[in-house]
Amino acid sequence: MSSNKKYWKSVEELNENSSIVETLRNNEFVEEIPTNEFLGDAATLATSSTTRRDFLKYVGFTTAAASLAACEGPVHKTIPYVVQPEEIIPGVADYYATTIADGFDFANILVKTREGRPIKIENNKIAGANFHANARVHASVLSLYDNMRLKTSKIAGKDATWDQANAKIKASVADAKAKGGKVVLLTNTAASPSTDRLIAQFLASNPNAKHVTYDAVSSSEALDAFQMVYGERALADYDFSKANVIVSIGADFLGDWQGGGFDSGYAQGRIPQNGKMSRHFQFESNMTLSGAAADKRVPMTVANQKQALVQIYNVITGSSIGSAKDEAVMKAAQQLKAAGSKGVLVCGIDDKNAQLLVLAINRALSSEAFNTVNTRQIRKGNNADVKQLLADMKSGAVHTLIMNGVSPAYSLPNGKEFTDSLKKVKLSVAFAMKEDETAAISSIAVATPHYLESWGDVSIVKGSYALTQPTIRPLFDTVQFQDALLSWTGNTQTYYDYLRASWSGAKSWNQLVHDGVAVTEGVSASAGAGADFNGAASTLAKAAASKLELVLYTKTGLGDGQQANNPWLQEFPDPITRASWDNYLTISQADATTSGIENWNVANGGLNGSYVTLTVDGVKLEKVPVIIQPGQAKGTVGLALGYGRKAAMKEEMQVGVNAYTLYNNFSNVQNVSIAKEDGEHEFACVQLQRTLMGRGDIIKETSLDIFNTKEAGEWNLVPMVSLDHKEVPATSVDLWESFDRSVGHHFNLSIDLNACTGCGACVIACHAENNVPVVGKSEVRRSRDMHWLRIDRYYSAATTFEGDNKLKEGSEGLMDSVATLRGMETPSDNPQVAFQPVMCQHCNHAPCETVCPVAATSHSRQGQNHMAYNRCVGTRYCANNCPYKVRRFNWFLYNGNDEFDYHMNDDLGRMVLNPDVNVRSRGVMEKCSMCIQMTQKTILTAKREGREVKADEFETACSNACTSGAMVFGDVNNKEDKVTELSEDKRMYHLLEHIGTKPNVFYHVKVRN
Amino acid sequence: MKKVGNHKSISRIIALSLAFVMSISLNSFAQEAASAVAATTAPAAGGDAVQGKALFNANCAACHKLDAKMTGPALRGVTAKYDKAWIYKWVKNSSELIASGDADAVKVFNENNKSVMTAFPQLSNADIDNILAYTDTVIETPDKGDTIPGPDKGAEGGISNNLILGLLAGILAVLVAMLFMVNNVLNKIAKENGIEVAEKAKTLPIWKSFAKNQFLVLVSVIFLMLTSAYFVYGYLSQIGVDKDYAPIQPIHYSHKIHAGDNGIECKYCHSSARTSKTAGIPSLNVCMNCHKNISEFQGDKDSTYVEYTKEYYTGEIQKLYDAVGWDKTTQKYTGKTKPVKWVRIHNLPDFVYFNHSQHVTVAGIECQKCHGPVETFEIQKQFAPLTMGWCVNCHRETDVKVEGNDYYKKIHEELSKKYGVDKLTAAQMGGLECGKCHY
Repeated sequence: MSSNKKYWKSVEELNENSSIVETLRNNEFVEEIPTNEFLGDAATLATSSTTRRDFLKYVGFTTAAASLAACEGPVHKTIPYVVQPEEIIPGVADYYATTIADGFDFANILVKTREGRPIKIENNKIAGANFHANARVHASVLSLYDNMRLKTSKIAGKDATWDQANAKIKASVADAKAKGGKVVLLTNTAASPSTDRLIAQFLASNPNAKHVTYDAVSSSEALDAFQMVYGERALADYDFSKANVIVSIGADFLGDWQGGGFDSGYAQGRIPQNGKMSRHFQFESNMTLSGAAADKRVPMTVANQKQALVQIYNVITGSSIGSAKDEAVMKAAQQLKAAGSKGVLVCGIDDKNAQLLVLAINRALSSEAFNTVNTRQIRKGNNADVKQLLADMKSGAVHTLIMNGVSPAYSLPNGKEFTDSLKKVKLSVAFAMKEDETAAISSIAVATPHYLESWGDVSIVKGSYALTQPTIRPLFDTVQFQDALLSWTGNTQTYYDYLRASWSGAKSWNQLVHDGVAVTEGVSASAGAGADFNGAASTLAKAAASKLELVLYTKTGLGDGQQANNPWLQEFPDPITRASWDNYLTISQADATTSGIENWNVANGGLNGSYVTLTVDGVKLEKVPVIIQPGQAKGTVGLALGYGRKAAMKEEMQVGVNAYTLYNNFSNVQNVSIAKEDGEHEFACVQLQRTLMGRGDIIKETSLDIFNTKEAGEWNLVPMVSLDHKEVPATSVDLWESFDRSVGHHFNLSIDLNACTGCGACVIACHAENNVPVVGKSEVRRSRDMHWLRIDRYYSAATTFEGDNKLKEGSEGLMDSVATLRGMETPSDNPQVAFQPVMCQHCNHAPCETVCPVAATSHSRQGQNHMAYNRCVGTRYCANNCPYKVRRFNWFLYNGNDEFDYHMNDDLGRMVLNPDVNVRSRGVMEKCSMCIQMTQKTILTAKREGREVKADEFETACSNACTSGAMVFGDVNNKEDKVTELSEDKRMYHLLEHIGTKPNVFYHVKVRN
Repeated sequence: MKKVGNHKSISRIIALSLAFVMSISLNSFAQEAASAVAATTAPAAGGDAVQGKALFNANCAACHKLDAKMTGPALRGVTAKYDKAWIYKWVKNSSELIASGDADAVKVFNENNKSVMTAFPQLSNADIDNILAYTDTVIETPDKGDTIPGPDKGAEGGISNNLILGLLAGILAVLVAMLFMVNNVLNKIAKENGIEVAEKAKTLPIWKSFAKNQFLVLVSVIFLMLTSAYFVYGYLSQIGVDKDYAPIQPIHYSHKIHAGDNGIECKYCHSSARTSKTAGIPSLNVCMNCHKNISEFQGDKDSTYVEYTKEYYTGEIQKLYDAVGWDKTTQKYTGKTKPVKWVRIHNLPDFVYFNHSQHVTVAGIECQKCHGPVETFEIQKQFAPLTMGWCVNCHRETDVKVEGNDYYKKIHEELSKKYGVDKLTAAQMGGLECGKCHY
């Protein structure tokens, strides 16, 4: 009995004469198969002499040849030096002291080189070297090996030698001199005394020449204010370790504010000693690292910040300029006044009046932290000069424009205008490391060396002199700007000879090169004309509020965007938003709701968000993705500079939008309007959970009051577990027999949550030391990032973490609990923030070790959890069983797969790899090794010298990079090691102590004042 | 009869063994003849060439050769060119002579890159006479057999052994032949006498009865499978193990000549073995420390290590000069270098960390322990298998050298107490932990 049922395939079939049904009946595929795409070229096919049989023969032959070739083992060649340089021993690292000065980042560093290749940046810890490396400086070694660098000079886009280019430049300069045309040197801030002298000589021999300093991210207003009061165009230096009360108004001094580098001093005052620590107020609009570290953070629009500044000025100096009153500001002002010389105020508002008030307030306080003698020389950019130059260029008055280290076509708000007026300049020369936006449109692009290939001198602060020395022979046919200046001033010396001849300090030249720094004596403060502070205050108090303020900032990863083609920095997750490979608009929840902007998670865990179009002064910036940022002041939005570069960039690295187009008037605050757009943006965000959910066993926090007055047991709770139906401390329970670790070394890593500012230097240092691969945006989005060390960021759901705990404990019953916990997933509008660096905890009772079927991961007597990559078969059981989620799986062969076009797939980029650490292959689990190659090296050195290991001699890459003192590594079996003392501190606790893993990494309870 | 043919083969064996014995004895005569060649010298008047040779080697050889220019000129026949009194003055203080404006002296000075010769005031005129006597020795014209050393260099003990063995083999062959003959003769006799040789009773062929016994078949199949598995496993575990890997190198470098005959310490050239993880292949400037002066192979004609011709070795030295850019006639560097691409012999995989200085400096292990008797290797090869089992075995067996090393003092004291032993092995010190070598 057959059924008469008819099955309808589509609604179309109801329509009897439908052509679609007919077509479908005849065609197997709905769309035509695109055979023409690969068979379309019939002519070529017909003329080809290769028959099908030939083809099969070729295939057979190649297969056979390939398999035959595989039978023979590879022959490795090894080529020794012809004449081995005296200081190089193959296999032994050499260190050179040098200084980075790229116009944005300045630091005294040590460069680790292996067989003549720089492979890692470390901090110069010699006395006098006070500027430490941040994440970008650590990553700068990879920028040396950037394959997109300008490899030779170019004239009108064609390769040329330096001599050819130089002849043209010289002719043009002479022509300008003869005809009275203007010659302009447009440079970044070099902070180099010798370069300044050379430029002065050039200007002297060319009276028609002018020097303009241009910082992409300007501090010009602060410089103007300082010059007015102290007569010197420089910036005040601050030593936050000397301050008990710190008030910051819109200054992210733990970030890049005025050149950065304040974090180590700040962190010193943040560790409670004798019951005291500094108190930090932060009034800001974007959520910054400084805001995250603050004891009291108040989100404020910039207009309100100006009012707050005036209010504090009134309190400190006793004047009475009319301003809005705010309770939180008043409290801060009073504490600041009470602290007197132990207080300090900093401000990040790009306004001369505001900066004048800062000077007035700190002077009134006679703040010890405020240093106007040893001034900062690392920002010199002059907005007025740059504007004048642009006007001159437009009018055609500029004959020759010589640029060094700047890319105005990219970093000026009116880049288009600059490009157009550059055509009116007779000869434009760009000294650049890359064929960037400006070099590409200049008449001559001169390839300059990376700082690791250059000589130089830097005076970061007055009274200190630092040297830059090459650590590798120039990779390409490059010329230093200073050598060019020497040539133009008719000096036949090389820059090195010039530099050496000009040194006259107490140290010998060799000693100076060895140390990298020297302290020069006899610095005295100069005095300026003085200023009308009250007038400045009243002008400032009149500042009008706008509807929506755009606050431009620089990210910890990319800074001003010079190193945008650096994959380490692109993959570095922003400490606050935890998103990598992007810049985005940060907006408060309230403003987002009114504009209909959303963030949501999709099925694979990725974070998606809406797009907006920004309009500033009629200039539109389209398709800007938005992240809803807890703590963002209502009425403000934030956007990072340094992204959206396209020229001389690998395709993967061309991410984000160029916020410089909105950087009008060199002011970081702009009036903006936003309009939501269609479409959704896919972020590569590595941390999806945002709040701590009251889980005190992850980050323990307490207040200074409780810390000082109560027993440790009350604020550093040891979790209790049930053993034989009795409540006992989790630390007393052992599932396994414990191994005796009292003999030999036993490594521990201490992380002080009070000192950690989340700067991320350790993350990049770990990348460099351990050959951690870069995986790219789409892989990061799939949670396949390979960072061995991550810095987790948590927000509180209530206004404080303490409030979270109360919320959680306060809920009763199932329904209430569920509702409370749901609610706690959303961070507060102004949350407390905590950072927590997490790497492999090297548990003494490691859950990963027991589940490995092939014993690829095992424990050592020295406390390290070993991972034998060659033994690993990739079951990933260990990662699943790890409670800290620190194990990373190699999904692909990142060093041999063209899909991952980062440094590991690039002959030049591979030079940065550390030869002492294995490059892991596909299908293998990897994780933090506690830098076993470094501990083993320390041990071996001691053995070879026949001595015991010295106190604090052991280091890991992260502890070595940490300048805030948050990470301390050492041997707890050595009583003299600092880590031994720290391990016995009452603030010490282990992560997830109740599961009994007994980690060798421990944390210190965060104390807020 | 089929067996007749055997006679022929037997006679061949006998003939061959006789020939073998003869050849050995001939060889031994040749050896004696060679050693009978004596050096012929024509001593110059008033000097003892033997003492002169010793003095020459002690004082002059660093810069002079008899027949080739080095830092200084070739010295053979120097007495013919210069007056003896002049030579005395020159040797004792050449700079003074040059300063005095002596035409010959200035000429010599200029011809030799203006390098000042060390003054030898300690040499008496008699000493100089001796040296001059040595420099006047006539070049020997050695036999052809000496300059082309063959590989056939049998030792004395070997000859007698071969002789005995050959004789024994001969006797055995004769005995076997006799046995066959006797058998044949007996068979013939039996046939002629009409005696039938008893035929063996037909039984089941052995392979058939084997096939019928299933148990036996099972056992032997298992046996066969296990055996083949053993060999397959053994074969497979050899993959990637390059023991005895001895590739052809771009320059034939003989460790036997350098480390063996000349007794150069390993770490003179492989100096980084003391401080670094790699022993390092010496850079060419290290070679030139000696080879600036040694431009040709000078192995004694009766030395035992000569396997290649003098010209061959000298040619290899020339390859070094080409690589480093040294012109031996002008005694100057040309600046044209051509780095040598050696073939790497010891290849540890990337995932293994091995440090030479730990083993060489800290543990004081002889290089030969892992690299074998390198001083006997004409061609360098990989001596050890370099497998993990090989490493681990050594770590298990070797005691840690703690004496005189303060690093080990405390650890050793505590650990030896814990394990109740006097001496700790590397394994007991933690030398078997994965992460010590794999990271």
